[in-house]
Amino acid sequence: MDTEKTERTTRRNFLFRIGIAINAIAIALFAIPIVGYVLSPARRFTWLDWISLGPLTDYPEHQTRLSEYINPFKKAWDGETAKIPCWVRRLDGNQFQVFAINCTHLGCPVRWFAESELFMCPCHGGVFYSDGRHASGPPPRPLYQYKYKVEAGKLWIYAGQLPTLGHPNA
Amino acid sequence: MTDLLKSIGRWLDARLQLGQTIADVAAHPVPRSSASWWYIFGSATLVVFILQVVTGICLATVYTPAADRAWDSLIYLNYHQPLGWYLRALHGWGSNFMVALMFIHLLQVFLFGAYKFPRELTWVAGCVLLLCTLGMAFTGQVLRFDQNAYWGLGIGASIAGRTPIIGFKVVDLILGGPIIAGETLSRFFALHVFVIPALLIGFVGLHLYLVLRLGINEWPMPGRIVRRNSYIAEYQELVHKDGEPFMPHAAQKDLVFAGLIILSLLVVAAIAGPIGPNGQPDPTIIQTVPRPDFFFLWLFSLFALLPPWTETVLMLTGPVAVIGLLFALPFISGTGEKSWRRRPFSVVIVILAVTLVGTLTWLGTFSPWSPVMDAWSATPTPIDYVKGRTPLELQGAVLVQSKQCRNCHSLGGEGGMRGPALDDTATRLTRDQIVRQIIQGGGNMPAYGKNLTPAEVNALVAFLATMHPRGEPPARDSARPALPASSQ
Repeated sequence: MDTEKTERTTRRNFLFRIGIAINAIAIALFAIPIVGYVLSPARRFTWLDWISLGPLTDYPEHQTRLSEYINPFKKAWDGETAKIPCWVRRLDGNQFQVFAINCTHLGCPVRWFAESELFMCPCHGGVFYSDGRHASGPPPRPLYQYKYKVEAGKLWIYAGQLPTLGHPNA
Repeated sequence: MTDLLKSIGRWLDARLQLGQTIADVAAHPVPRSSASWWYIFGSATLVVFILQVVTGICLATVYTPAADRAWDSLIYLNYHQPLGWYLRALHGWGSNFMVALMFIHLLQVFLFGAYKFPRELTWVAGCVLLLCTLGMAFTGQVLRFDQNAYWGLGIGASIAGRTPIIGFKVVDLILGGPIIAGETLSRFFALHVFVIPALLIGFVGLHLYLVLRLGINEWPMPGRIVRRNSYIAEYQELVHKDGEPFMPHAAQKDLVFAGLIILSLLVVAAIAGPIGPNGQPDPTIIQTVPRPDFFFLWLFSLFALLPPWTETVLMLTGPVAVIGLLFALPFISGTGEKSWRRRPFSVVIVILAVTLVGTLTWLGTFSPWSPVMDAWSATPTPIDYVKGRTPLELQGAVLVQSKQCRNCHSLGGEGGMRGPALDDTATRLTRDQIVRQIIQGGGNMPAYGKNLTPAEVNALVAFLATMHPRGEPPARDSARPALPASSQ
């Protein structure tokens, strides 16, 4: 350490150093709420809740029908975007398959064609069989399926988040 | 009157002390060769950006950045707000103009070697501006909160969701929650209106400052080599021996071109009108064919055409690699030849990149890989294909429609292009091969074995076996003896 320099620590530049230190601490503290606020949408591991798709009588056996539900984590200003569609396939009795609307390739809405029993995607040409298996095109996996249960004569699914390859449990 | 103005001017300059700076900037010498029509694209991009700020602020006075109101406010702008349609048109087309001019500027700067020593940071700042401009284009498309915006966000989230380990949290952060909804739009509004414009303004300032301090790139002459130890002296000698003041020699061309660009934007916006919005952002309306805006169509095509097993890797590493290379360029080849005549590799890269992006964009405009969702119910069967057919064959023709075959296969040029056209199926496949293809699928075709009865398969094959051009015989199994034409 240069003795000449330390001797020149005057009151003024001592105050300057204190100022830098206080600001560094203050800004670090300031950053905590900012970062926490911005990252808050990722605070929950999953966004899932049980939600009803209506009475079982809406879903005839051996048919695949379009259904929709209101997202359980809806905000007052979500408008129409709170409505989420899904495909309900009823097999025998209370056996169901509930597919997310989103193609597993890049999330576009797949459409059911009852005559050829295929789901087709309008974006990049992904096609799935009636049980959700991949039939053709770029999708890397079968259609996403919701967990479901039948309770009090209604069909319930465990839903609430956009399914993606990182979040496959829709 | 003029005396009064002059004295106000003197009063202001005495306080602002700007006069000398402006005079210095105006008079700074540029190489005579740089006062060229090739050097006008950067300034034109900046002019369009300023127009975007003006029209953007105007639109923000009416547009409502809330998911339940945004679409309504766009419709209000288009049809009720006086001149709202025109400001939306100017802003939307201004965005197209800005992206286009920026890319021309990028290509010019690249081919003229302007990124080389000592202008590395000018290039780096330009790369940041490139990313910001594309960011504005994408976030702007989201603010036009319609079906394309909604499903475009879904595509963005699906790409992010492919990131290993943290993908699902990245999706939550992009969307501002678990689904595409109110907070998603608000996030993108904040990005489009505050964050990215602030970055743009800051980096435009840096970019311009560097152009002024380091001097505009001279016209590249083959054989004039950039060397770190001598370039700056050579450049100073050039601008002083063969230079011109920036005003008016170089600026006049910028001025004329910028004026023409503004005029053409005014005309294009008046003729073409506002861009969208299309259908309201209601995800339960699934009768939709989402497409991105023009400048992202090439990416849309790329995602359809990449081999699926390479996709996740390329989606995640491709942009990083391309952007990384762009930023690294001046540090990889910071010296040497500037002229494109002596840089064949660079010319090849430009030709390849332009051809690739151009071809993918063109493919994206009609996306042959997508099924045509209503072809089965909306497209007529060509009359020639049903004339003189047996009842069984006619039943097959009906099945081609009702089983949605035409969503992917065309007849008479109409229908999907996902699979081969059916017009000449019989010349390519024998009856047995047609049966196998329908039942087992393969080569990107789903297997129909489970949802066709044997009678239906029989009818379909009977019809498809008639699909060969007149005069061209149907395919034949070579293991069987040729039959007389009458028995075919």
